[in-house]
Amino acid sequence: MALLEVKNLRVEFPTRRGVLVAVDDISLEISEGEVLGVVGESGAGKSMTGSAIIGLLEPPGRIAGGEIRLEGERIDNLPYEQMRRIRGAKIGAIFQDPLTSLNPLYTIGRQLIETITTHTDSSDSDAQKMAIDLLAEVGIPAPERRFDSYPHEFSGGMRQRVVIALALCVNPRLIVADEPTTALDVSIQAQIIALLKRLCRDHGTAVMLITHDMGVIAETADRVAVMYAGRIAEVGAVRDVVKDARHPYTEGLMGSIPLVGHDVKRLTQIEGAMPRLTEIPAGCAFNPRCPKAFDRCRTDRPELLSTDGTTKAACWLYDEESVHG
Amino acid sequence: MLAFTINRFAQSLVVMFFVALVAFAMFRYVGDPVHQMVGIETTLEEREALRVELGLNDPFYVQFGRFVGNALLLDFGVSYQHKKPVTEMIVARMPATLELSILSALFALLIGVPMGVYTGLNRDGFLSKCFMTVSLIGISLPTFLIGILLIFLFAVILGVLPSFGRGTVVDIGGWRTGLLTVGGLKALIMPAITLGLFQMTLIMRLVRAEMLEVLRTDYIKFARARGLTNRAVNFGHALKNTLVPVITITGLQLGSIIAFAIITETVFQWPGMGLLFLQAIQTVDIPIMAAYLIMIAMFFVVINLIVDILYYVVDPRLRIERGVRGT
Ligand SMILES: Nc1ncnc2c1ncn2[C@@H]1O[C@H](COP(=O)(O)OP(=O)(O)OP(=O)(O)O)[C@@H](O)[C@H]1O
Ligand code: SF4
Ligand SMILES: [Mg+2]
Repeated sequence: MALLEVKNLRVEFPTRRGVLVAVDDISLEISEGEVLGVVGESGAGKSMTGSAIIGLLEPPGRIAGGEIRLEGERIDNLPYEQMRRIRGAKIGAIFQDPLTSLNPLYTIGRQLIETITTHTDSSDSDAQKMAIDLLAEVGIPAPERRFDSYPHEFSGGMRQRVVIALALCVNPRLIVADEPTTALDVSIQAQIIALLKRLCRDHGTAVMLITHDMGVIAETADRVAVMYAGRIAEVGAVRDVVKDARHPYTEGLMGSIPLVGHDVKRLTQIEGAMPRLTEIPAGCAFNPRCPKAFDRCRTDRPELLSTDGTTKAACWLYDEESVHG
Repeated sequence: MLAFTINRFAQSLVVMFFVALVAFAMFRYVGDPVHQMVGIETTLEEREALRVELGLNDPFYVQFGRFVGNALLLDFGVSYQHKKPVTEMIVARMPATLELSILSALFALLIGVPMGVYTGLNRDGFLSKCFMTVSLIGISLPTFLIGILLIFLFAVILGVLPSFGRGTVVDIGGWRTGLLTVGGLKALIMPAITLGLFQMTLIMRLVRAEMLEVLRTDYIKFARARGLTNRAVNFGHALKNTLVPVITITGLQLGSIIAFAIITETVFQWPGMGLLFLQAIQTVDIPIMAAYLIMIAMFFVVINLIVDILYYVVDPRLRIERGVRGT
């Protein structure tokens, strides 16, 4: 059984001009200790998927269908208080801008202790010991001394380390990391990603790593899911998706090879742009841009299908194969 | 911390210096002090003698120096109208104004802050919408009208509260307080509400706006993602971050409560400093006006100083920037 199972997840935003579907029928799995990369252009629905998993979709956004299971238990329909006990304890999160993730008015020590004592029975002094050990582990020099420092007394990279410590301090089984390095200086990004990878390996924590950066995915993730217009276009082992993509969209993405630092956001190889939520075409969402589109693509929506490679792709090109095994 | 306080203190002194200058100019050059003090039958010679005796022929800076020196000793001269030392008159009236102002400020804070927090947290709740609508009335109705409406309702129609004066007061070491008797407290209710209502709605709306702003920040989202309880997130993390602006406004409002007490004191014939000042204007009793001006400025400056120091206590970021925040 996978650690996290997302089945047919649908996230909607009721607006005055009708209901927008930000995440449309997504299914994915993450096993214990596995790193799943999630890539896609801006607006593809990556953050919405992450927020839905940790149960913090901002209203009016809401889960309109499907289910999310953690260790086999459904967590998408829990009352707030029950989900709160899971957040931080079983599912940690790191957000897009780590620089503003810390409360400026409290010392980092206080924020760590507060998180630990909320989820465990440890006394304040035990929590303090744990927190200091963790700060040392994430590479904060002289952690005893820095324990009583305020966030503004740290550099961006150091603050990010503190954020990682906060996300990991109760030893969650899964961390949803939403572009954990986008706001950081390029020279620090690699360090932070390496740190996250090492810590999660040491603690056996699974990671859902959301990013635009294919280089980061290639170096860090075990598997990767490529998202397009609120749907998953292709999913598979990182090596295969990078080298042997089957979905025409992914092929386009990977077509321009300079891998490290390759930024999906600025990708221009594929003509046109991802459609806005209000104008997603019928059939395959990619069909207006797809060089291989044929009639069926414009009417029927493809499921994730096994391909002739090792990945699964939501593309009608692989329909025959899926039918005949 | 020390350097910061000294810096702010020095600034306060500068402000007070200029206020004293204005008060002195008013005292010395608005009308003729001698003319105000003597009767019509006084001869020119007697007037000149008085002029010399008062030092009115001395150079400007000597006179100003004397004025400041006296002010430091809390000597603001003698009222033209009442022929009594101004300081004595103001001190006698001060308890009435201070009790009224502080009670109004407490009313505004203790009701305004919780209402602001509530409406911020339950933005779309029915009760929140009621509060917001009612607060519009508090903001838009002029103070005297609120006072008159209250008097009409509670004094004239219902007859449960006195419509003017302080009620029964008790003298404790020269401080005449209305807080110790039922009559005194009853007399305080309407003036305090009248004076505090505007500030209360202001504080409520401010706290609400700040709460909404803070609740959108990344660190609140991250606090929720860490699984902290709602109470810890809302009151520990969010509320504390709204404090800096709330302290600023509340501090400034306390100053204006004392200053604006004039209107409320007039409506309720409240025997405080404001009423004294208003009567002084009618009789062009310059020494009282000058003293009142300096006193109010003093209140403002002291409150500002306290606000700045509170900032410093609440927000650790200021402690290293060492910068002085303008208000
Ligand atoms: N409050 C909202 N109301 C309506 N639509 C919204 C709202 N918030 C987000 N969306 C839409 O949901 C879609 C998915 O957004 P999401 O933040 O998940 O994208 P993303 O893949 O994380 O992009 P990015 O790389 O820019 O972070 C976007 O098209 C966005 O416009
Ligand atoms: S389904 Fe059709 S349009 Fe969509 S990716 Fe495949 S070929 Fe292209
Ligand atoms: Mg995002």
